[in-house]
Amino acid sequence: MSVFNQHKVLETNVFFLAVGILLFVIVGGLVEIVPLFSISSTIEKVGGVRPYSPLELMGRDIYIREGCYLCHSQMIRPFKDEVERYGHYSLAAESKYDHPFQWGSKRTGPDLARVGGKYTDDWLVRHFINPRDVVPESIMPGYPHLRKPLDYSDIAAKLETLRAVGVPYTDDDIKNAKTDLEEQVRSDSSDAAILKRYPKAHMGAADGNPKAISQMDALVAYVQVLGTMVDFTAVKPETIRR
Amino acid sequence: MASIEKDSVSGQMTTGHEWDGIKELNTPLPKWWIVIFWVSVIWAIGYWIVYPSWPTTSNYSHGLFGWSARGQLEEDLKDQKLARSQWLSKIEAASVEDIAKDKSLLNYAMVGGKIAFGENCAACHGTGGIGRPGAYPSLADDVWLWGGTLADIQQTITHGVRNSDPASRGGDGSATMPSFGADGILTPEQISQVAEYVVSLQKTPAAGSPGEKIFNDNCVACHGQGGVGGGIPGAPPLNTAIRTFTKPTVEGVIAQVTKPHHGSMPSWGRRLDATTIKMLTVYVHSLGGGK
Repeated sequence: MSVFNQHKVLETNVFFLAVGILLFVIVGGLVEIVPLFSISSTIEKVGGVRPYSPLELMGRDIYIREGCYLCHSQMIRPFKDEVERYGHYSLAAESKYDHPFQWGSKRTGPDLARVGGKYTDDWLVRHFINPRDVVPESIMPGYPHLRKPLDYSDIAAKLETLRAVGVPYTDDDIKNAKTDLEEQVRSDSSDAAILKRYPKAHMGAADGNPKAISQMDALVAYVQVLGTMVDFTAVKPETIRR
Repeated sequence: MASIEKDSVSGQMTTGHEWDGIKELNTPLPKWWIVIFWVSVIWAIGYWIVYPSWPTTSNYSHGLFGWSARGQLEEDLKDQKLARSQWLSKIEAASVEDIAKDKSLLNYAMVGGKIAFGENCAACHGTGGIGRPGAYPSLADDVWLWGGTLADIQQTITHGVRNSDPASRGGDGSATMPSFGADGILTPEQISQVAEYVVSLQKTPAAGSPGEKIFNDNCVACHGQGGVGGGIPGAPPLNTAIRTFTKPTVEGVIAQVTKPHHGSMPSWGRRLDATTIKMLTVYVHSLGGGK
């Protein structure tokens, strides 16, 4: 009888079994979880990634509310065919301010990690209202209710909550959350204050009505910024190779 | 608990468990299974050494050969580029006009352009560029809002229309039609008159009508004398029934003159490389018999 047949002693004794399981979980946890907090290479050092603007954040909440992540991933994997179709593969740094991240795990529709700038606001609005108006073969449901007004009364509290989990919103950002949100819809000036706080924010009322801020405006602002924050012409491939 | 004994039928030992006279066999795992198990364990150790696997306090083991998924992708893309370079390098070096002249190069560019069109352009302009009435212009007819030469099409695709790209078509507001009705430049009656005249341009222009005078005073600068177009880029000819946003009826013209719709298009130079845009250009040029 070799030593491998002796495990019966452990398995038939509740105390030893419990201690064995505990040791196993502790070692596994230490090896798999702890390094994530100390490895400096997990999140790539690239410029451009910023916290979401208040309007984008509201759009992101709608994205989650409507369950977009069930059919759309936001994760371009480093494979030839994915990069050919969707663009540069996703970086961990690009979702470092996502709580929770929207990588998804199933693609019934296409990946959306770099959808920002691919379509016009006009197209996105038509597509959200009834996808078959623009893509006859689409099986995506319509979301005409997104034309309803956006309730953003708690936007400052949302920013504050995210700050508690590590998103670097400043006091200024939180104080101006409401006006920033309204300015992103209403201003078409290229030197609006919000663009200094949130560079590359997508300005304008997507639904064509700057007077009323709709859920559509928020969702489009979010979709239009996806994957556009990092300027990949300025990123050296060897610095993000993993 | 019964005693552990040798089962007379199978020749295996029992576990010693017994329920109502039924005894449990203690059949050992087959040899082949045990062998594969241990080979897998040894294989895993080799895998740890060769590939990146173990985390350290501030980094991770990179493996014997420094393999990485992203590095592998760079290699794959390099190989792919090399495999396609016979044609792609020619397209990269040639102007769109030269591509259109070279039959074999054009064939290749057309196929590449068709694929890129399906992924990027068909969402608005429809498969084969048939357009979407009321929303997005057809690319399969003779009307070119922003010019139908190869160079014009290349410019339009690269920078788009009315977007944040400073070089986009009409991005500086130069091709924005005034809201003649909404801003009170014309009265509703004048708009009706000019609409009647504009619709008449499709067949026999209503010469001498009050609409003609309003048209000549307000519309000719952009839409051309008699609505033949060509005044400024972005202003369509009005002597055809081809429309982007409305029907070519009096009601349609009234709607557009009162509060005009303006189209926009993304700046594709921000997403696609110059070679892909060249292939798209020759493909789009072929759809509507470009100029």
